[in-house]
Amino acid sequence: MKKKLIFIFIFCAILKPSISFSLVEIDITRGNLDPMPISVSPFFSDEVTNDKIKNNLNIENLGLEISKIIENNLEKTGLFDAIEKEAFLQKPDIAHLKPRFEDWALIKSQVLITGKVTSKIINDKDYINIEFKLWDVLGAKMVDGFSLTTTPRSWRRVGHKISDKVYERLTGESGYFDTRIIYVAEEGPKTQRVKKLALMDQDGFNTKYITLGNELVLTPRFNPADDKIITYMSYFRNMPRVYIVNLQTGAQKVVGDFRGMTFAPRFSPDGKKLIMSLAKDGNSEIWVRDLETNIQEKLTDHPSIDTSPSYSPDGKFITFNSDRSGYQQIYVMRSDGSKVKRISFGKGIYGTPVWSPRGDLIAFTKLHKGKFFIGVMRTDGSGERLLTENFYQEAPSWSPNGRIIIFYRETKTSDEGEGFSAKLWSIDLTGYNERLVKTETDASDPSWSSLLGN
Amino acid sequence: MNLSKILKNAFLVVIFGLLVTACATKKSVKTTETSTTKAAETQKADPIEKLDALMQGDVYIGSDTVGELASGVPDRVFFATNETILTTASRETLRKQAAWLRQNADVTVVVEGHADERGTREYNLALGERRANAAKDYLMTYGVSSDRIKVLSYGKERPVDSGSNPLSWSKNRRSVTVKAN
Repeated sequence: MKKKLIFIFIFCAILKPSISFSLVEIDITRGNLDPMPISVSPFFSDEVTNDKIKNNLNIENLGLEISKIIENNLEKTGLFDAIEKEAFLQKPDIAHLKPRFEDWALIKSQVLITGKVTSKIINDKDYINIEFKLWDVLGAKMVDGFSLTTTPRSWRRVGHKISDKVYERLTGESGYFDTRIIYVAEEGPKTQRVKKLALMDQDGFNTKYITLGNELVLTPRFNPADDKIITYMSYFRNMPRVYIVNLQTGAQKVVGDFRGMTFAPRFSPDGKKLIMSLAKDGNSEIWVRDLETNIQEKLTDHPSIDTSPSYSPDGKFITFNSDRSGYQQIYVMRSDGSKVKRISFGKGIYGTPVWSPRGDLIAFTKLHKGKFFIGVMRTDGSGERLLTENFYQEAPSWSPNGRIIIFYRETKTSDEGEGFSAKLWSIDLTGYNERLVKTETDASDPSWSSLLGN
Repeated sequence: MNLSKILKNAFLVVIFGLLVTACATKKSVKTTETSTTKAAETQKADPIEKLDALMQGDVYIGSDTVGELASGVPDRVFFATNETILTTASRETLRKQAAWLRQNADVTVVVEGHADERGTREYNLALGERRANAAKDYLMTYGVSSDRIKVLSYGKERPVDSGSNPLSWSKNRRSVTVKAN
């Protein structure tokens, strides 16, 4: 992570997207019961490249590995069904040059992805060039593709960028594969949990631990405007405070100079402000701190618990939860703290509201009759939809395109207190496609990054 | 050990004895202290009786997990779900803590506030802070100056009982007064 990821785009989109491409349209507003069959041919590479990559990365067949990343990403959306590679009739190199579309139609593939990996030396340094093409099998034509050159060790990101391109082309929505998730890695017995900040690629690879577990850490969140910056809460020196960390340099600083506990931090959409709660003398209020001017301001003024604030994507509003009505409910106010309005009126208690990056929905946690739900509602509180129910789950975080919600779930223990675990899960906005998100250890408090910058 | 605690323990021992007879348990009783703990465990055979003995409403009134700030001074008080109100028993405990702190003027304390696992993490951090402050305020009312009392909320991060049941949760909704020096 400390080394800079270098992406040199040789050319983006070697073909203009043809507007008439309507064959593979996917309606992602509902659970897709009939996933689209898709073939991802292993990317091919010559002998010289193979030897180089084996030396650099110790990977036998990088082209095959890249095709697996793409398959895995697309299949996990629930919208695509990757055809087994054994069924492929055409060799990767020929297919990439010019597919025999009849062969791919024969195995019922509607879409074909091919590619090529070539090693390169630029200024005496090793690079790899990866080229990919997206083919419409029934229309018998190429519909998209690109080629990019990168350092060998960034090869997984190329797989994610290709996945994003394919997803965008076929669904008409922006992708979310070239992203990371920051979360809290957990180990040890429930009464003495050791927690560390951890960072991983969206698909669970390249896990890095940011803290050592010496102090309790909670609720890390990405800066939506800069994926190298996160905020989180730490009990360093038994002083629970909000911190900002630069993941690239490791530099870390406490936010503000508050007497009392600061917690529940989140960045504004432009990354220039931080909202959080300050608990002091038995009362929690929401504060904002301008990270450029260092001016901090109290936004709520109520003897109740006001916490879990989240900005709307235009930065004009803040949603939060408060127990001013007696129980936790969701409220919306202007970002200057004015015009506070309660929006949740359903049965149960509501918490952790998080504004969708599209701006139209708020995701939340709900507790009703002893069960925890993750749900969404419109920003005026109407149209409540519960996506998933369990013994305990909370902390929704949106994928950058607003299609997927990631959250964590804890198991019920036995009366002896055994069997505890915490895991990350994701679910589609439709309420379909619930999936365990693989992590090396137990995990909680996930936060999804924006699409990564270079 | 004060009278009510002795009575409580005696009561638990009696129940334990009854259960031992009823279930013909072979476990041997070594000391009064372990018999109390065992009583709480053995009672799982009869959840209703267990809850009656150990909870009032949903506030924990047993002595399992309760340590001492000083000899005869319990270190913690318990709360109802989502509540920060001090019960009669809690106020009695805190008055004992205050009396001891007044006699030991060089001691400073941290009041740690905790919540059970049935709430969202951030809300529970706030709730733990509120509970710790409820205890702190009461100590101050009884003559302990505020600069001797720090509060620290752990929310739901440090349960003492890892069970997922109403009794375990009741033990975890607590504020604990801990010596800081």
